[in-house]
Amino acid sequence: MTRGRLQSVADWLEERLRWKELILPSATHPVPSNTASWWYVFGSATLVLFILQIATGICLALVYVPSASEAWGSLEYLNYEQPAGWFLRAMHAWGSNFMVGMMTIHLVQVFLFGAFKYPRELTWIVGVVLFLCTLGMAFTGQVLRFDQDAYWGLGIGAAMIGRVPLLGSQLVHLILGGPIIAGETLSRFFALHVFAIPAALIALVGVHLLLVVKVGINEWPMPGRLVSRETYRKQYDELVHRDGVPFFPDAAQRDMVFAGLTILAVVACAAIFGPAGPNGEPDPTIIDTVPRPDFFFLSLFAAFALLPPYMETVLILTAPVIGIVFLFLLPFLFGTGEKSWKARPMAVLSVVIAFVTLGTLTWLGITSPWSPDMDAWSGSPTPVAYVKGRSPLELQGALVVQSKQCRNCHSLGGEGGERGPALDDVATRLTRDQLIRQVVQGGGNMPAYGKNLSPAEVSALVAFLETMHPGREPAERGSTVPAAPASASRATDPAS
Amino acid sequence: MASPSNPSGPPAPAGLPHAQATPAVSRRGFLFKLGLAINAVAATLFAIPIVGYVLSPARKRAWQAWIPLGSLDDFPVKQTRLATYENPFTVPWDGMTAHTPCWVRRIDDRQFQVFAINCTHLGCPVRWFPESGLFMCPCHGGVYYEDGQRASGPPPRGLYQYEYKVQDGKLWVRGGQIPTLSEPV
Repeated sequence: MTRGRLQSVADWLEERLRWKELILPSATHPVPSNTASWWYVFGSATLVLFILQIATGICLALVYVPSASEAWGSLEYLNYEQPAGWFLRAMHAWGSNFMVGMMTIHLVQVFLFGAFKYPRELTWIVGVVLFLCTLGMAFTGQVLRFDQDAYWGLGIGAAMIGRVPLLGSQLVHLILGGPIIAGETLSRFFALHVFAIPAALIALVGVHLLLVVKVGINEWPMPGRLVSRETYRKQYDELVHRDGVPFFPDAAQRDMVFAGLTILAVVACAAIFGPAGPNGEPDPTIIDTVPRPDFFFLSLFAAFALLPPYMETVLILTAPVIGIVFLFLLPFLFGTGEKSWKARPMAVLSVVIAFVTLGTLTWLGITSPWSPDMDAWSGSPTPVAYVKGRSPLELQGALVVQSKQCRNCHSLGGEGGERGPALDDVATRLTRDQLIRQVVQGGGNMPAYGKNLSPAEVSALVAFLETMHPGREPAERGSTVPAAPASASRATDPAS
Repeated sequence: MASPSNPSGPPAPAGLPHAQATPAVSRRGFLFKLGLAINAVAATLFAIPIVGYVLSPARKRAWQAWIPLGSLDDFPVKQTRLATYENPFTVPWDGMTAHTPCWVRRIDDRQFQVFAINCTHLGCPVRWFPESGLFMCPCHGGVYYEDGQRASGPPPRGLYQYEYKVQDGKLWVRGGQIPTLSEPV
């Protein structure tokens, strides 16, 4: 097609659509020149990722079957049989990771730049709803990858909802779509993930962008330049007139570059790291499973493990509500005054605290030391050093440590569970009587073993544990002199 | 529609002198109000079944039925064994999600305890260890004793237990829905 032919097609469309007068004013509207900054690119990158998710999501929906009996099989088909199916799945999973991360960065940047203050309160409120919808998409999308993690993750969600007073059981059956986690549950989550929440997202993104264009992009905040309702509009208009540049292409060019780099990063992660799962088949009778959520919910997972039982229900049900209400009220509580983070130390401090908390909890969620290592009692042998030079009773004690699943929660030589303390130096911390009491009565996170150990087993176990003091083995162990009667009393005293 | 000055003729266009007559203005207003009213009635009529459709699983209904777990010989005395059953309240496409496991502890000849697989903390599947006589949960570290009592960790109570009966040499349990703190099975 010649240039002239293309031009006449464009003119034909323009005569009917009149899109120049529709789009050009918005695209080239003046913005303060200091908003043409790399710090302002995160919102558009989130939008581009959303569009990417819609595109890859539609492709996946061409093959994926949202039925409890077929979903897992269709995911395996996508991974191994469908040409480039693994790549589509990987793009969608990595796109979702990036979108949650990018949106969080956008939220923090807007917060630190005071862009939620007058007159951008509604933009912020719509943004908080978008944030919640995106987390909703992350959770419902995780469920659609219908494997053991998804199945038991749904059980955890149902158990949480079941703690709501009065309405608990009705809400549980409402989200499950029936009595148990089954076909109706998956269909509900599919409808939410593919139709309901994306419709809300698209509508709200439209409102969000409209507000950004109408109210104007937040100018670069300066310490000392306070926001006040009486003077802000005039000051902003003057700034735009004095020092404004057209949004497109002056400011938008950075958005374009960053968005392109973001997509490339998603493509690279998808190609290198591949898709997420699916892990084992969602058969509830496969009980040797260790369910884990996706990374953005690991901090919640850690919180549930570490919260004391007496405050857990209250915190689970009220803390998110309080947090969300606070986010909504932010523009009304702090709607005027300083905008720049340089003059808002509390704002910076709260961001730092939030990130340190989330980061620590996420790290704990990755290592999850509170989960017993279910295979340690049969899979992690006693370190050789701990069976050398032991008396027969102490060796029987080493066997008790293995066969009674002690290793599931306690490590020896670095192998085993981390629920309880490592036993390599337990004799330096507990006396013999304290060891007997702890084993028989339990305490802290340890159950009482009194009923499940005979007195002989207890004395053997304690005899073995009493040899666990590294670097301080008594001299008679290493020498050829037979053990003196005094040390024999340790090995042969009955436990009770 | 006809106007008073033109009883059988075409409608009077708006803006012309005889369109100022009161009957034409009230007819226009009337149709607008009628349109609103009819659409409001239509919306209400179709909204009611839709709301009922979406909220139907929340209506108070007990999914409970007697389910056979197997013959008594499958459960030796003084042992805890895993049993599985097909949930009786399923739809045809539930597939493997209809298979439900539970732990059966036979105390003596006629006494049993049947525990739901779900941990009472947040619902993960608990695992039985006969050597130490403990149920352990892989998610957040909950532990229960052999009789279902809470031993340690985050769970707020002991394991959920099914009502059971022994009939015709078989063990039956009363179940059908997921147990939670607000509706323990």
